[in-house]
Amino acid sequence: METVLFALYALTACGGALGVVLSQNVVRMAFWLVVSLGATAGLFFLLHADFVAATQLLIYVGGTVVLLIFGVMLTSSSPFAAMKTTPAELLQGGFLGLALLGVMLTTVLAVHWNENNEMLRQVDSQVNDLTYNPPETGNTSRPIGTALLGARFDRDLRPESEGLSPSLSPGYLLVFEIISVHLLVVLVGAAYLARAKQVVRNRTDSRSPEQTAA
Amino acid sequence: MAILLIATTLSGWFSEVLPFLPAWVPILLAAGVHATLVALFFGLPAFVFIWAERKVSGRIQDRLGPTRTGGRFGWLQSLADGIKLMQKEDLAPRAADQFLFNLSPFIVCVSVMTAFIVIPFSDGWAGVLADSGLFIALALLSLEVLGIVLAGYSSGSKWSLFGGIREAAQMVSYEVPLGMVAVIPVMIAGSMNLNEIVAIQSGGFWNWILFYHPFAFIAFFVFFTVTLASNKRAPFDLAEAESELVGGFHTEYSGMRWSYFFLGEYAGMFLVSMLAAILFLGGWWTGIPFIDQALVAVPTESFAYGYLTRVLGLLILMTKSSLLVVVQIWIRWTLPRLRIDQVMTTCLKYLIPISCVLLLGTAVWPLLLAGTLQRTTLLSPVGERMPPPIVDRSTAELLKREVH
Repeated sequence: METVLFALYALTACGGALGVVLSQNVVRMAFWLVVSLGATAGLFFLLHADFVAATQLLIYVGGTVVLLIFGVMLTSSSPFAAMKTTPAELLQGGFLGLALLGVMLTTVLAVHWNENNEMLRQVDSQVNDLTYNPPETGNTSRPIGTALLGARFDRDLRPESEGLSPSLSPGYLLVFEIISVHLLVVLVGAAYLARAKQVVRNRTDSRSPEQTAA
Repeated sequence: MAILLIATTLSGWFSEVLPFLPAWVPILLAAGVHATLVALFFGLPAFVFIWAERKVSGRIQDRLGPTRTGGRFGWLQSLADGIKLMQKEDLAPRAADQFLFNLSPFIVCVSVMTAFIVIPFSDGWAGVLADSGLFIALALLSLEVLGIVLAGYSSGSKWSLFGGIREAAQMVSYEVPLGMVAVIPVMIAGSMNLNEIVAIQSGGFWNWILFYHPFAFIAFFVFFTVTLASNKRAPFDLAEAESELVGGFHTEYSGMRWSYFFLGEYAGMFLVSMLAAILFLGGWWTGIPFIDQALVAVPTESFAYGYLTRVLGLLILMTKSSLLVVVQIWIRWTLPRLRIDQVMTTCLKYLIPISCVLLLGTAVWPLLLAGTLQRTTLLSPVGERMPPPIVDRSTAELLKREVH
């Protein structure tokens, strides 16, 4: 059952990605991007990673792609803007894609999947027995939140006999917040720069009639 | 057997009754039952509230509204509308991008319908009781705008394009206060699980998150306003402003494709009303102390009582959210439509600062109380009124066995 669903979502994701590459129309590309990213979110749901899947939907599908289409709507000169790729671009893109594929393949093949599965199974049997959602139904938001604060259930609750002392890490919350604030500053700066340019242009526009009058 | 309608339990029930089937058949059957239920909940509000919209708007404008179809109050009007719309020709303009034009109504429909999966209809009755339920619901709702923008763009008409641009600008800005205000009940309840958020609101209406502290009280009204905008309901229905844009994003649509947009819109209205009722108005609790205490005391193991209390909870939640939908209709036929710049001003200059202040206030409030009253809540502490988790140890073990 899960294998069938996995195959379905994986094929949809790949098909969407191919659609993005092969279609010529910008908005259709955006649509295929939605298909691909949505299928990826489906894969996350299938892996019981609810929080990541919802984030994928909210940020990439609901946010980024909508902004993309919005940008196309505001900027395109012709009704259905088409893009033509030159052979040089094809070569460049193909090379980059193959290089990325190589990196990802080596990374994926370097992980010991069976050992990791064993470890995760042991952890799951210890944590979260008495919550609203039993384990393996996708209650990932709390572990993610506590990990951000520095408490790792999967590490800290492991028995001492394994030779790993429970340790509290400082967590990623501060780093995360700094990055968020940094992004916000970038956004505000971009908005300011865009505005400033417009003001300058308006000034020159308003000056020119006076100059011609003079 | 305690909670019949949780997917895994239903599949467990199927595999008990029909043990000779392979393992994936019960899961598929249970998923089918749930999908049908969700689909019904998707169609039903549209059926009821389109009639209500016509009737209420008629009364507000001193007319009668529909009177003939289906007897005295014209209550079959929606069915007549549906049959008429199905008979209409399925048209697409030559200038349109056919593929996206045909597809975009379904994006709107499906995004709203999938959001119903994570909403609990009563204690524990949800398609998926996810820990990040609220987040998933908001994420799925945010996909609705995609269908509308694509519809506006692919129609090949300037009215549609204007509607699409307005909708995109409006939705992208209103997502910000929506997210911030939705975080307030999450901060109070300490959970994004919608079931847990309702669970802490038991034992009297003063325990509802609405009356938790002044910030939450204002947050409810901000949430209601923002959801009005996110459903493109008047006074924020700029995307389909009839007086300026003919029909906005749906100008070029006809027949069933047109009606899919409105199925999505009315189901979305009901969905956000359910969310508002769950987040702020006590969900399936009556708000009357002794009834709620009796409901909490009912053992979930006893099938009949456990089941009946949940049916009662379902009815209460439906009543609350229907009332909120009626308020939405009432607002639509009372207030004039804003201009697009006013819509953006309302969001960016008023709603976002207000929701920031509310968020800060919610964070500071427990500290303030702890400093003055030596406790973190004004009324009874959250932990004391919370009923036990709905999944007891035996069910958890059962579920775990199934998964393995």
